[in-house]
Amino acid sequence: MAEYSKKMVKVPTYSYLREQDADKLPVLDVRNLGIDFGGLTAVDSFNMTIGPTEISGLIGPNGAGKTTIFNLLTSVYQPTRGSILLGGIDTKGMSTHKVTRMGIARTFQNIRLFTDMTAKDNVKVGMHKDIKCSFISSLLRLPAYYKSEKAADKKAMELLEFMGLGDVADMKAGSLPYGVQRRLEIARALATNPSVLLLDEPAAGMNPSETAELTEQIRRIRDTFQIAIILIEHDMNLVMNVCEGIVVVNYGRIIAKGTPEQIKDDPAVIEAYLGKKEDA
Amino acid sequence: MKNTINSFWSNKARRTSFVTYAVVILAFIAVQVFDSMGMLSYAMRGQLIPICVYIVLAISLNLVVGISGELSLGHAGFMGVGAFVGAVASTALQSVIPDTSLRLVVAMVVGGIMAGIMGVVIGIPVLRLRGDYLAIVTLAFGEIIRNIANNLYVGKDEAGLHFALLNEDGLKMSETGKLIMAGPRGTVSVSAISTFMAGFVLIMITLFVVLNLVNSKEGRAIKAIRDNRIAAESVGINVMSFKLKAFVVSAVLAGAAGALYGLSMSNVSSVKFSFNTSIDILVFVVLGGMGNILGSVIAATVLTLLPELMRPLADYRMIMYAIVLIVVMLCTWSPKIKGFIQVVTDGVKGWFKKLFRGLFVKKEVGTNG
Repeated sequence: MAEYSKKMVKVPTYSYLREQDADKLPVLDVRNLGIDFGGLTAVDSFNMTIGPTEISGLIGPNGAGKTTIFNLLTSVYQPTRGSILLGGIDTKGMSTHKVTRMGIARTFQNIRLFTDMTAKDNVKVGMHKDIKCSFISSLLRLPAYYKSEKAADKKAMELLEFMGLGDVADMKAGSLPYGVQRRLEIARALATNPSVLLLDEPAAGMNPSETAELTEQIRRIRDTFQIAIILIEHDMNLVMNVCEGIVVVNYGRIIAKGTPEQIKDDPAVIEAYLGKKEDA
Repeated sequence: MKNTINSFWSNKARRTSFVTYAVVILAFIAVQVFDSMGMLSYAMRGQLIPICVYIVLAISLNLVVGISGELSLGHAGFMGVGAFVGAVASTALQSVIPDTSLRLVVAMVVGGIMAGIMGVVIGIPVLRLRGDYLAIVTLAFGEIIRNIANNLYVGKDEAGLHFALLNEDGLKMSETGKLIMAGPRGTVSVSAISTFMAGFVLIMITLFVVLNLVNSKEGRAIKAIRDNRIAAESVGINVMSFKLKAFVVSAVLAGAAGALYGLSMSNVSSVKFSFNTSIDILVFVVLGGMGNILGSVIAATVLTLLPELMRPLADYRMIMYAIVLIVVMLCTWSPKIKGFIQVVTDGVKGWFKKLFRGLFVKKEVGTNG
């Protein structure tokens, strides 16, 4: 896109919601993003700036285009308009696996694990790009293979234990309970060593105590790995508790932006969720 | 000692590989023993090399169909490429490499490489397709290979190799020239240099390559693509590249097996590499279990021997063959029968465990005392 400079521009400080992010370049900078499916505009004029260690929420009613935005960020769809700068680099035209290698990882609304593999192998698949072992050395079982596998095993176990999944490491992913599968998906996403983690409805199908645990876990992920997290979520308790900034979308457009406190009382948000008050 | 054995045994992938190697090696030793005792009939001995060929084909197709999850119906095409290229290479090198075993190895390598190149050429456009589409295109590829071979004439004289399509006159060979491939008649008067030993070594190499591939970073990526393509992409796996890797490795192995087959008899015609053979190989894979390497080995062996063993049944043997297929498929599919088999295998496993434990306990007592 010609009208947007590909160079990094320092974004006004108001968008940095965490002190420690101030004066740092944003890890993700989305400018005027839009996509049309045929004649239908699914997302339009979407702007978002994410600090390096910020947790932000992306909320909105069903069908508002939230997951489409995630698909755009991970290059599953190519945007019709606008640009996505990931760590300062425009991801236009890149394939999904390439964008992932640049540091964006995600989970899915409808869980997508490798069901026939063990939990540990799922995480090890996530570590794919960081396992340095050539095709030939894995075919011939050279020492490099054993070394890299051992390191991968160790790191995978660390990640599983970090997510509280240490005791299911050798169980098939498909046989795990729903909530555990969700956490395993996060572990797999973390295994790709991302700078931005996208969570698509991480609390869906979880009971209140599991959700409370997840809230803690999300904060712990950010503090431990020092990464930015964007989450789509319908559970307002979770969103208000954990997010530093919130973007509300409806019909593919941003209708409000701000801190949880600002969002809570925003008339546009209330209208989107509850409908307009009818005058008698 | 016991600890190392336990830790070795607790890794399921390693255990499966070990059992697979062990079964193949034991079977090879058993055949050699029977053969030296003169207990193998002439017909049986004639089946030894084809069995090796089909085992390699089944394992290599399992890599594509079972592990990578792509339905390919053109595996006999790669076998055909290997068979004809191997036969031509072996005949052409007859004077250069007089040693038959070395020439066989060279022919198998050349056949494998050519099949691999075909794999790349076909794989790049074709692997973008999925499911039924891929099946149809690979089927068409197999037919193209067969039809080209059906019309290809290759000859050799002092000046080197001559190639022609459609008829022999196009070769323009000198008087002393020798025909290697004669269109519909296939290869002619190729010296049969394949040995059972070579077949066994090829099986071992195939097992080594496929099992090592499956239990590595690449194998995990390939299985991940099969399980969930979108998720695999989302963790940074280049889907096309890994599908192609599996496809090409499979083609190379099939080509080497084809060369072994092509050099096991003086005359092989292109009819052999038709759609039927592709389906036969697919039957081995499905019957042995998708992704189950040992299953492919056993299914290929049994189903190659079965028609031979049932020769006394004369005209009814193909009916029996079909009935066996149906019964085995039902047995592996039906949950009730599967449950029954599970009970039996668990019993056998328990018995073995007891036996081994007994052995080790005795040993420990021995060392302590």
